[in-house]
Amino acid sequence: MIEIRDLYKYYGDRRAVGPLSATIEKGEIVGLLGLNGAGKTTTLRILACDLLPTSGTVRVGGLDVVDVPHEVRRRIGYLPDTPPVYLEMTVDEYLTFAAKLRGVTGADVEKRVDEALELTEVSSERDRPIGALSHGYRQRVGIAQAIVHKPEFVVLDEPISGLDPVQIVEMRDLVRSLGGEHTVVVSSHILSEIHETCDRIFVIRDGQIVASGTEKELSEALLSGMRVTLSLRVGQAGAARASQLIASVEGVTQVELAAETEGPGVASYRVALSRDTRDELTRAVVGAGFGLLELTRGERELESVFLELSKSSDEPARKKKKRKKPAAEPSAEEAP
Amino acid sequence: MSQALLIARRELAAYRRSPLGAIVIAGALLIDGIYFYWKGLTDKLVSAQVLSEFFYGASGTTMIAGIVLAMRLLAEERQTGTLTLLNTSPIKDSEIVLGKFVSAFGVLALMTLLTLYMPLLIFVNGKVSVGHIVVGYSGLLLLGAASLAIGLFASAVAKSQVVAALIGTLILAPLVLLWAVAKAVDPPLNRVLTSLAIHHENFRPFMNGILELDGVVYYAAVTYFFLLAATKTLEARRWR
Repeated sequence: MIEIRDLYKYYGDRRAVGPLSATIEKGEIVGLLGLNGAGKTTTLRILACDLLPTSGTVRVGGLDVVDVPHEVRRRIGYLPDTPPVYLEMTVDEYLTFAAKLRGVTGADVEKRVDEALELTEVSSERDRPIGALSHGYRQRVGIAQAIVHKPEFVVLDEPISGLDPVQIVEMRDLVRSLGGEHTVVVSSHILSEIHETCDRIFVIRDGQIVASGTEKELSEALLSGMRVTLSLRVGQAGAARASQLIASVEGVTQVELAAETEGPGVASYRVALSRDTRDELTRAVVGAGFGLLELTRGERELESVFLELSKSSDEPARKKKKRKKPAAEPSAEEAP
Repeated sequence: MSQALLIARRELAAYRRSPLGAIVIAGALLIDGIYFYWKGLTDKLVSAQVLSEFFYGASGTTMIAGIVLAMRLLAEERQTGTLTLLNTSPIKDSEIVLGKFVSAFGVLALMTLLTLYMPLLIFVNGKVSVGHIVVGYSGLLLLGAASLAIGLFASAVAKSQVVAALIGTLILAPLVLLWAVAKAVDPPLNRVLTSLAIHHENFRPFMNGILELDGVVYYAAVTYFFLLAATKTLEARRWR
C-alpha cells in the first residue's frame, strides 16, 4: 500500500506538488494523468526516493520514504522519463548489474534476469548492446530494470511515450500483466493510453489531484449526460437542415458538424445529450427521412472530461497559487 | 563494500569499451617515451639521474591522465540520466565514489606499469637500484591517486564532462604552482605553502628514490579529502 498525506514539493518559491493526498492499494494499477508540468514526474520521483519532499508524509508499504529511504528503494522499481540505461552494456549485463545493485544475490540473479527478460519480451535482444536497440526496446529494458528485483512497487514515468501503435498495445499488456503481483503507478499525459490499463486514475493538475476513480466513476461523476456521434445520409444540401432537426430533439444540448465524412452526402455530428434520449433522436432523424448510418456512443468521453479539468486550471489555479503559499509555509518549516 | 566492487567492475568494463581508456594510456606512453628519449637518453647523465628524469616526466602525464580518466566518472552518468539508477538503488554514496575511484585507479595503474620498459632500458648501458624504481613508481601511483580524487570530485560537481575536466584542472594546477607562490612569500608561510604543493617537495624525494613518510601521508590525505568531498557532494545532491 502506498499512502501519501499532505505532500508538498517546492522548487525554490515554485510549488510543483501539493497539497496531495492519496492511497493506493496493494496490487492496484494506478494511472497519474495530467498535462506536462502538472506535477506527475515530481510525485513519482518522491515515491521512488529520488527526490526529497518539502513536507508531508509518504509511506510505501508502511515505510516512510524520508526516514528509511534505502528500505523503500529496495522495494520499489522505478523507470524515469528517460530509461537509465548504459548504452555500451548488453541487455543481459545491464539487468544483471541492476539486479545486484538492488541487493539480489547468488543464483537468484540469473533467474530474475531471465524472468524480467521474458516478461518484457526482450529475450531475443539480450546479447545486444543497449545502444543498438530501438526506442521501444530501450523502454522495455527500462521496465525490465524496474522489475528485475521483484519489487512490491513499480513506478513508471510515461512508459508509453514515443512508442509506435503496435508497441503501445504491447506496452499496455505488459503494464497490465504487472498488476496483482506488483502495485503499479504509471503516469501519462494522454488519457487513451492509460484508461484501459489502470484500475484507477488520478487526474492531477497544478500539483493537486482534481479527480480520481475508475474510468466509469470519473465519467459518471463528471460527465453530465452523454455524448454520441451520429452519421446521416443527408443528401446534397441537407446537412444544415439535419443539424437544426437534431438540435430540436429533447435533451440535446449541443450539435457539432464533424469535419470528417464518409463520403459525399453523408454528414457526421457530435451530439451532446443532457440525458439518454438516443431513441427520441433516432426516431426524429429517421422520421424526417434521413438515412441513419451510424450512432455510436462517444468513446472519447473521458478525454473531454480530462481536457475540461485541465483547461479550467489556468485562471483559478494562478489565484490559488498566491493564496496557497503562506498556508503551505508553516508546514514546510515543520518538515525537519 | 561488495556494492562498491560492483560499481568498480561495471566502470572497468566501460573503460574497456570506450576509447577513452586506450587513448589516455596510448597518449601517456607516447609522451613519456618522447620525454624519456629527449631528456634521459640524449643528455649526458648518470643512470640514477636518467631514472629521476623519467619519473619527473611521467609525473606530469600521470596528473593529466588522472584528471582525464576521472572526468567522466560521475558527470557522464548525470548527463545520460543513469545516475538516477544509482540514486534510486539502496547503495551508499561512499560506495559509488569508492567503486568509481577504484576502477579509474586500476586503469591508471595499468598505464603506469606499462611504462616499466623505460627504467628497464637503463640497465642496457647502466645500473640503477631496484629500490629507486620501486619508490619512484610508488610516488607516481600516489600522485595519480590524488589527481584522480581531485578529478572525481570535479566530476561530482560538474554537469558535463568538459566542465569536470576544467574544474579538475583549476584545482590541480594551483596545487602544483603553490611552490612558486611559496618562493615569493616570507617564512613561515612559505613552509606551509611548500608542503601543500602537490608536486615539488612532496614528489621530488620519490623521484630520487627516497621514501619519505611526509609525502605518503600528504598524498593519502589529499586523496581522502577529495573522495570525501565527492561523497558529500553526491549526498547533498541525491535528493534534490
